[in-house]
Amino acid sequence: MGALRADRGVCIGAGMCVMTDSAVFDQDDDGIVVLLEEDPDTDGKVRAAVDACPSGALSITED
Amino acid sequence: MTETARTTTQSTAQSTGRTARGPGARGVEELPLHMQRVGFDPAPELGAIRDGAGVRKVRTPFGLEAWLVTRWSDVREVLGDAGRFSNEWQGAFRPPGMPERSPEEIARLRAGNLLAFDPPAHTRLRRMLTPEFTGRRMARLEPRVREIVDQHLDAMEQAGPPADLVADFALPVPSLVICELLGVPYGDRAEFQRRSARLLDLSSPMDERMRAQEEQRDYMAGLVARERAEPGEELLGMLVREHGEELSTDELIGIANLLLIAGHETTSNMLGLGTLALMDHPDQLALVRDDPDAIGPAVEELLRWLSIVHSGTIKSATGPAEIAGQPIAEGELVMLSIPAANRDTALLEDPERLDVRRGALGHVAFGHGVHHCLGAPLARMEMRIAFPAVLQRFPDLRPAGEDRRFRSFNVVYGMESLPVTWGGA
Repeated sequence: MGALRADRGVCIGAGMCVMTDSAVFDQDDDGIVVLLEEDPDTDGKVRAAVDACPSGALSITED
Repeated sequence: MTETARTTTQSTAQSTGRTARGPGARGVEELPLHMQRVGFDPAPELGAIRDGAGVRKVRTPFGLEAWLVTRWSDVREVLGDAGRFSNEWQGAFRPPGMPERSPEEIARLRAGNLLAFDPPAHTRLRRMLTPEFTGRRMARLEPRVREIVDQHLDAMEQAGPPADLVADFALPVPSLVICELLGVPYGDRAEFQRRSARLLDLSSPMDERMRAQEEQRDYMAGLVARERAEPGEELLGMLVREHGEELSTDELIGIANLLLIAGHETTSNMLGLGTLALMDHPDQLALVRDDPDAIGPAVEELLRWLSIVHSGTIKSATGPAEIAGQPIAEGELVMLSIPAANRDTALLEDPERLDVRRGALGHVAFGHGVHHCLGAPLARMEMRIAFPAVLQRFPDLRPAGEDRRFRSFNVVYGMESLPVTWGGA
């Protein structure tokens, strides 16, 4: 299982991650990604959110 | 080819032949390859390129040569790399037949158009607009969208069948939602809608449409001036309050215009074409109508399967590149086939089939990369409300007549009209 990273400088606020998994991802008032969990399970929905992210702001670093 | 596809080929040819509109009355065979469809489907030739060489040199609508990219992974790669595939070349390009403009005029008309910029100029504008399309902002708009949808369904019901789902529903609803988003005052909306309708009516001559476009731009200029003086609660007012110092008036007008065009044509055509697609698949229509959980995935699948935006913006290679093994030279143009990419087996199994139960997220109907549709959350919300609402109001909705008038000569695919009926009629 890897570690989830969100680069807020790259994020364009498309909100695909929040749509995919609102338990792990949120958007701040500027629409930029915020992680709600520090070390979520990076399989399943989180990986789908990373794959769907248009800007490439999300990544999973494998251990 | 399915039965539906055969009948639609015919009516596509008919409606194109009828169109002494848009770029002119050309035969369907002259339609640029990336715009060719057979009913709901991309032309077989597009699929053949995707499953073969992957790319092909084609001629763009303006007579330029460009590489057409068709595979899902290649399309994602081009869209995902604005550094190597630039949007900014378009600022310097004058399509044949357009009046010559001074550099100042070009800059003025380009201001605020996010699609004409690369990062970092693009990032600056995009970041200002992002807060207006968050889930929270959409939740605030949602009750008004429901009201607008219901009002139009009430009117259709009162008038009785048949109705034109395009003119009576699919066109006016997104137009009023844009008014709501931008902050167009109630008193201006009837006129705003009339202008938008003229601007988007392909059956009217080009000069008439250009005039409507100028009038709409003048209206936006007035609206921006009013918002500058007294900023409201909606998008333009918010931009003025938060970024009024750094945004020029031309930029505000450009942003408003882009949102009008981008938010109107696209959602309108999805509503029209999507309803027809559902009527052609009655079991899937029943699912969307009856199961509240079905609409989310259904909207994604309709977006993918219909892929109403043929290509999106044309890019220019900023340096030597390679796509599907094909070397691309610096400065060469690259365009994308969104429908071909969205029916690639690399994206999902059995891609030619419409199945609203699956709703795969990786489709590129909203694009990908930094230019990924800014209004996607709004479009999704409108569709998630509108499709079930129409089908619940008229549970036995069906086409009135056999004629299918697809719109071919347009950057966005859709229906010119969609006569429908319901009840005993």
